[in-house]
This record gives sequence, structure tokens and C-alpha cells, in this order.
Amino acid sequence: MTATVKYDEIEVGQQIPAVDYPVRRVNLVMYAGASGDFNPIHWNERHAKAVGLPDVIAHGMFTMAEAGRFVTDWAGDPGAMVDYGVRFSSMVVVPDNDEGAVITVSGVVEEKLDDNRVVVALTARSGDARVLSRARATVRLA
Amino acid sequence: MALNRDFVGRTYPASSSYEVGRVKIREFAAAIGDDNPIYRDPEVAKAAGHPDVVAPPTFPIVFSLTGAAEALADPELGLDFSMVVHGEQRFEYTRPIYAGDELLCASTISEIRSVGRNELLTVTSEVTTAQGEPVCRTYNTLIERGGAA
Repeated sequence: MTATVKYDEIEVGQQIPAVDYPVRRVNLVMYAGASGDFNPIHWNERHAKAVGLPDVIAHGMFTMAEAGRFVTDWAGDPGAMVDYGVRFSSMVVVPDNDEGAVITVSGVVEEKLDDNRVVVALTARSGDARVLSRARATVRLA
Repeated sequence: MALNRDFVGRTYPASSSYEVGRVKIREFAAAIGDDNPIYRDPEVAKAAGHPDVVAPPTFPIVFSLTGAAEALADPELGLDFSMVVHGEQRFEYTRPIYAGDELLCASTISEIRSVGRNELLTVTSEVTTAQGEPVCRTYNTLIERGGAA
């Protein structure tokens, strides 16, 4: 479990630059299969519209996974994650075209804890919407 | 319809263990578009100090609600799945999940409350090894839109 970011070199307030994660319909089909969540609002436009949604939407857990990847890529080791929680505040609408949607994730070091742990506050946006709120990851750094 | 508060505090152990496989971890990593070799190559994982390939942090979602699935579908609870959206999710990790782990998961309906017109139901799941070693705890909050109206 070796994170590559060093605790002593991190300061509260430090920004982690934004990364764009594209999401197309095929990603949602793959995620449905891998996760076992086959709710048709994530792959069937007809069904999504029938229940009042603008279009097919991404699984909340897909967005959480992308924001988690943002943290583990920064920290250098997925095993460094100690605690990770989010609230799903808006939907990621994924149109049926080649562009799909984009989830943009950025972070800021909010707090330094003991035992080389830091709390990263995450922001995830898609279009104009903030799709996660209260998103926090605690990671143990080197 | 308001959810039946009698369900709060009820615990549902999974009927069988979940065996974490390298292929499933690779499939999950591919599905989230993460090409990190630590999810695929045992040698890379071992070089980073892990016993085998590591599962991505959100991987427990694959099995952590299985035990409670029957209770959530119980008509006595009154949950209308067509109105359910995922409200919140949290994972507290004691250690990462590795390929080769044989995991047990006990899920408890820990809270039901009304917020405005919605009903919020939280399932807390304790994930351990078959030997009882703690691995992670998950909190999954479902929102039933209009359920409290």
C-alpha cells in the first residue's frame, strides 16, 4: 500500500487539477453488466422518458467510480482510500450520440488528519449541473 | 406510501459468501474506464505491496445489497422501486478488497426517515472475511420520490 503523494508535501487548500471523464451509452451498458444494476433508466431511453427523465441517465455509482478514480490516480494507490462518501445531487444525462456526456472532477485538500491521512473534497460536474455534493475521500498518503 | 418503520434495525446476512475473482475485478475496472494495472496484473499489485490484484474503491456495490434485496422487495416494507433513486453512498475501508477474498456481508436497514415528500432508507452493510476479519462498511441511502406525500 504505497501512495506516491507525500503527506508532508501536501497543504490544506491545495487544488487537484480537474480531469474530464467522458461517458457514452456503451459505458453505461458495461457498467450495468459489471455492477448488476440493470435499472432500464440507465440504458433504455423509452423507459427513462416514460418515468419523467429527460433521457437515459448514468448510474450514480458510475459517477462515484469516476470521482474515485480521480482520487486513486492522484494518490497513486487504490489501497490508500480509507473512507469515501458522496451524495448524488443531480443526474448525468447521456444522449445517444458519439459525444455522450462528460463528467468533470476536481478536488481540493480540505483537511490534514493524523496517521498521514488527508481529506479531499471533490467537485463533479456534468454540463451545468453539480452531480455530486458532500463528496469526500479520506486517503492515507506516503 | 410511507415506509414501514418496523423494518428499522432488521439485519439480513447474505445467504452465501461472495468470492472476489480477478476476472470480475478486471471487468469492473473496464466498466468504469480505469486502466490502472493494479486492477489487472498480480505482479504490479504485489510490487505495490498487495497480496493480489486490488478491487476499485466502489467495487463493494456489486454484492453489498444482495442480502437486503429480498427485504427491500417485501410488500410489507412498501417501497415502490419505480420511484427509487440512489441518494447517498459511503464506504469505510478497513482494508482494500483483493482477488481471492471470500467475503460475507450482513445488511441492516439502519434508518428510515421522511425528508419533504420523500422517504429515505439507509442500508448499512458490514463486510468481513469468512473468518470474521472486518473489510469494509457500506452505507447505501435510497430515496423513494414522493413516498412521504
